[in-house]
Parts: sequence; structure tokens; C-alpha cells
Amino acid sequence: MTGASPLISVRELTKTYDLGETQVKALRGVDLVVLPAEFVALTGPSGSGKSTFMHLLGCLDRPTGGDYTLAGVDVARLDRRPLARVRNTQIGFVFQGFNLLPRTTALENVELPLLYAGRVGARERRERAAEALEAVGLADRRSHHPNQLSGGQQQRVAIARALVNRPRLLLADEPTGNLDTRTSIEVMGIFQRLNEAQGLTIVLVTHETDIAEYGTRIVAFRDGRVRSDLPVRRRRAAIAEIERLAGEADAAA
Amino acid sequence: MSLFMTVRIAIRALRRNALGTALTALGMIIGVAAVIVMVAIGTGARTAIEQQIRSVGSNIVMVNAGAGGFGPVRQGQGAVTTLTPEDAGAIRGQLEGIRYASPALNTRSQIVAETTNWNTQVQGTSDELVELRSWPVQFGSFFSAADVRAAAKVVVLGSVARDQLFGAGADPTGASVRIHNQPFRVVGVLTSKGQAAFGQDQDDTAFIPFTTMQKRLLGVRHVSGIILSAEDDVPLDRMASEVTALLRQRHQLADAEVDDFMVRTQTEMTSMLTSTTDTMTYLLAGIAAVSLIVGGIGIMNIMLVSVTERTREIGLRLAVGARDVDVLAQFLVEAIVLSLAGGALGILLGGGTAYAVSALMHWPTAVTASSVGMSAGVAAATGVFFGLYPARKAAALHPIEALRYE
Repeated sequence: MTGASPLISVRELTKTYDLGETQVKALRGVDLVVLPAEFVALTGPSGSGKSTFMHLLGCLDRPTGGDYTLAGVDVARLDRRPLARVRNTQIGFVFQGFNLLPRTTALENVELPLLYAGRVGARERRERAAEALEAVGLADRRSHHPNQLSGGQQQRVAIARALVNRPRLLLADEPTGNLDTRTSIEVMGIFQRLNEAQGLTIVLVTHETDIAEYGTRIVAFRDGRVRSDLPVRRRRAAIAEIERLAGEADAAA
Repeated sequence: MSLFMTVRIAIRALRRNALGTALTALGMIIGVAAVIVMVAIGTGARTAIEQQIRSVGSNIVMVNAGAGGFGPVRQGQGAVTTLTPEDAGAIRGQLEGIRYASPALNTRSQIVAETTNWNTQVQGTSDELVELRSWPVQFGSFFSAADVRAAAKVVVLGSVARDQLFGAGADPTGASVRIHNQPFRVVGVLTSKGQAAFGQDQDDTAFIPFTTMQKRLLGVRHVSGIILSAEDDVPLDRMASEVTALLRQRHQLADAEVDDFMVRTQTEMTSMLTSTTDTMTYLLAGIAAVSLIVGGIGIMNIMLVSVTERTREIGLRLAVGARDVDVLAQFLVEAIVLSLAGGALGILLGGGTAYAVSALMHWPTAVTASSVGMSAGVAAATGVFFGLYPARKAAALHPIEALRYE
């Protein structure tokens, strides 16, 4: 991967929250380079700044200082409107709480980013949303509402939504935080497949070490700084684990 | 995002909270309906008055004898005796654009028939009155110009006077009645015209030649008024000033002297009578408009609640690429859809109520296109005005704070 131009390039990034009387320094100068097709896990205890960093990467918030270049664009200095465009076309988001629109079908939830993409007709929108749902294995759940889906299914709808506008970067904020072990592994399986088969760059925030080990690289945060940045030596393979779990279940039966 | 999608999303969002939406729209519905009904009643009253005035005739200018007595004892309207039938002749002879000019001289009198009698307004007039007021006869005919010249003792009865003297619907032509103890021959009966604007019954009357009235009943040479009818394209106010100038000249009034007569046009009478109804209409519509504002505040309230309730949704939309204007449009369109739907239902309710008012209470009402258009416009404007603040509030949300909102 050497020689490829970085997708994410962050230098001396700081973020200070002004709470009136006190100022909270959430990030105290972070440097990070992420190359295309990397799968980076951000870990660290609560308050370490990993979530703040994630929000800055997702252009949901602005840094107080430092530089952030995404795909060659200096996004730290963009206005609100072009920033919305970056979020729409370059970035896909997956949240811990799924954040699906209630009383709205899975298909329509997945269509949402395309509504703001401009110049995407209703039919194309539907086709692309259906494709994205199929890619996460939910082709038969397209007209279900979120409350008719399990947690794992809801998170897969959210992943389909993140992918529908073909972003270059997938950001996931504690995507398995609300899921049981088995469903977590399934979700990580989808991430690994997207990463390996399509070369999608993924940055994931988690405080669970075993979830972080599905990635290619673990960046640990502490007190608003990067404490360690190491490649994963023994990467876990979600698909193999699912098969093994299925085998155990069969043996038990 | 396309407007169509925005409207669809707005409708879906409104349906999610159907009861709240319905209650909010109710404020708008009542406001718009109130405006429609009030304007309908006002317009109906105005139309009724205008119709009654038109029934007097078209392009009418009235000349009345002025108030007399410039000394210590002042007399009332019509006391001056300077207005004469010759003035009517001069107006017709010297001014252009006059179609009819009929002198008028009235008195109240007891009319005595064979077995009954009836007190009514006896009007002295010329044979032209029947055309001037486009008032056809039911039986017989109106008296003729020859009757006027001869001061003949002939009478034409209004339908109510006929009913009282000879029985309802009877044809009394050729019969004899006594007025001021003098025998008159009934030559005709007029068709019914109905109540006048002033409450008096236009049909409770009897017409005799004004010459007969002057010579045989009252013994005077003057008349109390002249009714003029102008040609269709003649402006009435110009006609009025020409008549005034001519009569001042004939009555030899110096510049300093006031008119000894009064000229009023039909237009003036109409505006005089409708100004009261107009004032009432504005007052009622104004009160109704207040309820529109209350309805608008209701919309603002539910939209503010909606923005708060859906903060996370707004955050999500921002996160997947919605621009500020997309969020602004979404909530603004929602408010407008809400107010327009309320407005449309209000127009239906108002129209129905106006119809019920005319059907049950026999008030004339008229739902006009302008009041419907105005209400729809005001409803939309209310949506924009009261929806803008919540929508701007939504659009100004910070993505990450909105997403984290609990």
C-alpha cells in the first residue's frame, strides 16, 4: 500500500469545548494518516477523545485547530453547504443506535442519502436502495418498518443506508454497542467483506478489544492524544467464526 | 431534494401525529371558515341593498326641494316651493343625455273603495314613471300623457293597495275610488316589486298624475321632487352638477346663496346605504382574522414541538448530507401543508355554514371568489410566517448535537 495517496490526513488536530466557565480539551493534537482500503479501529476509554475524533472525521463537527484533508480536500475550512455535500457523497455513517427513521420502510430509510444527492430519479433511487439492501442480506425485508426488525437487521439497514451513495469512507461509531455477540460478529463480517472485496476504507470506534481485532490497525486514544498506533497481528475473520458458531450449534443439537 | 418529495415527506410526518395535526389544523379551519362566513354575510347584505336600489330604476338622479325658512323659523326638507314642473321640462329640454324626467309630489291619503278604505302613499307623477322605473302593469295600463295634461282623475294602484281595497289578486280596472272625497277611476294595477331598502313597501302606494295632485288635491303649483333618468353612458355625477347649475340659474340664485334644492345620484345613495354594511363586514372579518392569527400560533407551537421531538431525525438527515435549506424546506413545507389543508377545509366549512345561514335564517349570503382566494392566500402566508421560525430553528441545528439529543 505504500505510495498510495492517503484518504485521510490529519495534522495537529485539536478540539476544545467551551462550556462557559470551563474549557474541555477533548483533542490535544492528533496526527493520523489513513490510506485507502485500510480498516482502522479507534479504541480507548470513555473521554479519551475517540468519539470526538470520529465526529471530526465525519465532518459532523469542526476542529478548533489543525488540518484535516479528506481525499485531497481541506474539509476543515469548508462552509456548511459544501460540508453537507462531503457528508453526502464521501462518507457513510453507522451509529450505535442505528438512527433509522421510525414508521418508514427499510427501503425508504436506505434511500434517504439519495434524496439529498440531487439529480437521482425516483426509480434509480429505489433500485440503488434495493441493491444496497441486498448487499447486506435484507432483500426480503425492504418494506418492513424498523420496529419489525431485530437489532442486527436494523443495523444492517443502517449499513445499507451508509453505502447507498457509494462513499469512499465508512465511519462506524460503536456499531456493535447495542448488539449481542453473534449479531456483532455478523455485522463485522459485513464490514470485512466490504473492506476486502470492495476496498472500502473503514474507520470504526469501539471500546471492545475483540471487535477492534477485526480491523487491520488499532489506534488507541488516551486523554485526547493517540497513545498507540499498531497493526493487528492476528486479525480475526468474522466469516470463519460464524461458520464455527453454526457448527457448534449443530453439534449441540 | 425535489418539491414533490418534500411535500410527501411533510405529509408523512404530519400523519405520524394525526391527532395533533388535526387539532392544530382545527384552529386554521375555524379561522378561515369564520372569515368566509363573515364576508359572505356582509357581501350578501350589500348585494341585497344594491339590488333594491337598482329596482328603483337605472341611472337615476333625484332632485328634491330644499329645506326652507332662512329666518328664525326654519322649516324641514321639501318646504321650499320653488321647484316646478317647468324645471323638469327645462332639464329635459336643455340638457343632453336625459332619458326621462318626471315631477313628483306625494301625500298620504285615505283611499275609499265601495266597502273598504285604506291609508296609503299617493304619489303624483308623470306617465313616464312606468318606463323610468321599468315597472310593468299587471292589469289595465298606466295613465297617459293626455291624462297628465288634462289633470284627469285616474289612479294606478300598487298591488298591496289593490289587495287591501279590492281583495288579493282582483282586477279592479274601471272601478271607482274616492281620494280626498273626489272620485277617481282605477285604470291599472302595477306588478309587485317587493320591499324597498328602507323597509317601506314599494307596492303599498297609488299613482295619480302630478297635475291632478297639484290642482285637485293640494292646490299648489310646485312639486316636491323631480326624478331623472340619464342615458346609459352618461356619468351620473356630471349629470348632477349640470342639473344643479341649470336649476340655480332658473331659480335665480346668486353665487352666495345656497341651493334651494338637493340633487342626489343613485351612486351616492348606494354608497350611503352600503357604507354601514361595509363597516360591519370589515369589523366582522377583522374579528375573524384574529382567529386566523390564533390558528397560526397553533401551527407555530406544534412545529416547535415537532422540531424538538425530531431533533435526532434532523441530526441524521444532516449527517447523511441534508443541507440547511433542505431541513428548512422540510419544516416550512410541513407548516404550509398543514395551514393549506386547514385553509381548504375551512373554506368548505365556511361555504357550508354560509349556505346553511341563507337556508335556515333567510339571510342573503354570497361566498365570493375573492374571499376564498384571500383566505387561501392568508392560510399559506400564515403557514410561511409561523412556520419560518421553527424551520429556521431546525435548520440551524448542529449535526452532532442534534444526533446526540436525548
